[in-house]
Amino acid sequence: MTKRSSNGETIGQQELSKRPPALFKAPTGIQGLDEITGGGLPAGRPTLICGSAGCGKTMLAMEFLVRGATQFGEPGVFMMFEENAADLTANVRSLGFDLDKLAQQKMILLDYVHIERSEIEETGEYDLEGLFIRLGHAIDSIGAKRVVLDTVEALFAGLPNHAILRAELRRLFRWLKDRGITAVITGEKGESTITRYGLEEYVADCVIILDQRISEQICTRRLRVVKYRGTAHGTNEYPFLIGERGFSVLPITSLQLDHKASVARVPTGIERLDEMLGGQGVFRGSSVLVSGSSGTGKSSIGAKFVDAACSRGEKALLFAYEESSAQIVRNMRSIGIDLEPWLKKGLLQIHASRPTLHGLEQHLVMMHDAVRSFRPAVVVADPISNLTFERREPEVKPTLMRLTDFLKQQQITTLFTSLNSGGGATLEDSQMGVSSLMDTWLLLRNVEFNGERNRTIYVLKSRGMAHSNQVREFVMSDEGVDLVDVYAGDDRVLTGTARVAQEAHERAADEVRQQDHRRKLLHLAGKRKAIEAQIAALQVEAESEAAEVNFAIAQETLLEKTALQNSKAMAHLRGGAAGSNGQAKG
Amino acid sequence: MTTQTSCPAAAAFELRLYVAGQTAKSLAAFANLKRICETHLAGQYRIEVIDLTKPPQLAATGQILAVPTLVRRLPEPGRKILGDLSNEKRVLAGLDIQPVMGG
Repeated sequence: MTKRSSNGETIGQQELSKRPPALFKAPTGIQGLDEITGGGLPAGRPTLICGSAGCGKTMLAMEFLVRGATQFGEPGVFMMFEENAADLTANVRSLGFDLDKLAQQKMILLDYVHIERSEIEETGEYDLEGLFIRLGHAIDSIGAKRVVLDTVEALFAGLPNHAILRAELRRLFRWLKDRGITAVITGEKGESTITRYGLEEYVADCVIILDQRISEQICTRRLRVVKYRGTAHGTNEYPFLIGERGFSVLPITSLQLDHKASVARVPTGIERLDEMLGGQGVFRGSSVLVSGSSGTGKSSIGAKFVDAACSRGEKALLFAYEESSAQIVRNMRSIGIDLEPWLKKGLLQIHASRPTLHGLEQHLVMMHDAVRSFRPAVVVADPISNLTFERREPEVKPTLMRLTDFLKQQQITTLFTSLNSGGGATLEDSQMGVSSLMDTWLLLRNVEFNGERNRTIYVLKSRGMAHSNQVREFVMSDEGVDLVDVYAGDDRVLTGTARVAQEAHERAADEVRQQDHRRKLLHLAGKRKAIEAQIAALQVEAESEAAEVNFAIAQETLLEKTALQNSKAMAHLRGGAAGSNGQAKG
Repeated sequence: MTTQTSCPAAAAFELRLYVAGQTAKSLAAFANLKRICETHLAGQYRIEVIDLTKPPQLAATGQILAVPTLVRRLPEPGRKILGDLSNEKRVLAGLDIQPVMGG
């Protein structure tokens, strides 16, 4: 199968060098497929699309034709062997393809080849020239550049002589190639071969396999380019979806990490949070993971982010996997975020669905679809953990990687919330390895203390910007969400009422201290007064004592004086009788 | 080339032979058909030969893939016989005709 004819390759190279690659490939216009195939199916060559029943072969082929006609101006012939034209027209109308109109415009020609085995008898030699003439006529009548043969293998059931049929099919494919028709041939998947009747032997230029697998009751469709001669192509399996707008394949838009890095900032809608993120919020086009256990306020941050974007007049897309649109609007209103005006204005789209509705890949394809058609500036997925829940980890990361790469390339700022399961697992384990894809990781935590639970938030990482290392308390009220500094004194961190209580406690202690000071001062003043009074009393006492001493002295002096006078007088009176000295005689 | 091969206007067997050009297979088919009809359906058949290369849209309207294809239009229900009609037995079985013994 991988053997390449040197012939085919040289032609391919010549064509490549001669013409621009766009001419060498016929773009399908199908989302993702052109990216995988590097521009489309090989132009002027047949491509085989095979898969089991119901995996979307006919849809893919039809979309190739319709888009060829509507987007690339290439008319196409759809030759069907199983379904009739009316059925097919009805079937694809659900994808918005109006085959009747395209048929009137001579852009599409439907030809139903009916073979009824029971009506057919074979005898002798024949060929399928009738089919050639028929197809040739159909091609000529509208100037078709594209042809679909949907399921040509039905001929094997209708025509018993397989030897003739095989020879004729080989001739048919060569004939289509000679005419430069880009053909799509569908085929049923075989047991051991790619197709049941080995069509891959004849169609060797490009083979695409469609597959649908059911894993844990969820069906996922996948597409793989098995071979594509002469060109590089993605070789992986890519999930695809047949949605409202047709086929879409989840591509790997970035095999290389080549997306632009914007320096513009996007505010988160919570001022204090922006402050923590270098003061301006997250980078435009970056991805933010908000993780936390249940009830930590992840959705609220998501809603605020959306609300902020809409307030700036930007479009926002919210994927909700837990609540319905109406429920989100109601619940967010309770914390002061009114999303309804944005919904009405068409700035906000909410896609709410149950995660179990599809497989992870299908969800991501749907997200791709929604993003492509709505072109938002901001995308919020709440929560991605629901998508990844109980799924095998290996597939989760690559698919999410594709999504983040895709969103980054579109320069869409993304916020994913993620539920941490339980308390047992460590932080990093609970994120399924998703965190490494994220540029900014905010962690919300419940702090249970003192009979209540409080929310705290901190920035675990934020690539390319200075960010706060502080834990903040995350408060939700009917006025919205906000961040408050936690109490971080006294060797512990307190939140909620404990924080409030601690603050009150401190205030009270302060008060008491001040009162104490006042009391001490008063006491001091009193004491001083008492001492002063004592001093005064002592002085008075001293003065009175001094006065007494003076009095005594004075009295004694007086007595002495009096005594002296008395004795003199006595002496005088005695007059010298005793004649003691001259004085008396004097 | 739309050849009418004669017989009564209201034939019991209305046959149409689709061919694509004058190929060996189509010539052989026509010769074989003519012989079988003359042998077994003398006077009750009408053959119309349609060359798809001339008005190509008839291939679609007649639901023809293979050439040569012999279509029994009457009596109903329609039948198709592919090939150069070289096997007389199978042609008769295909057309649901009782062979005329010894014819």
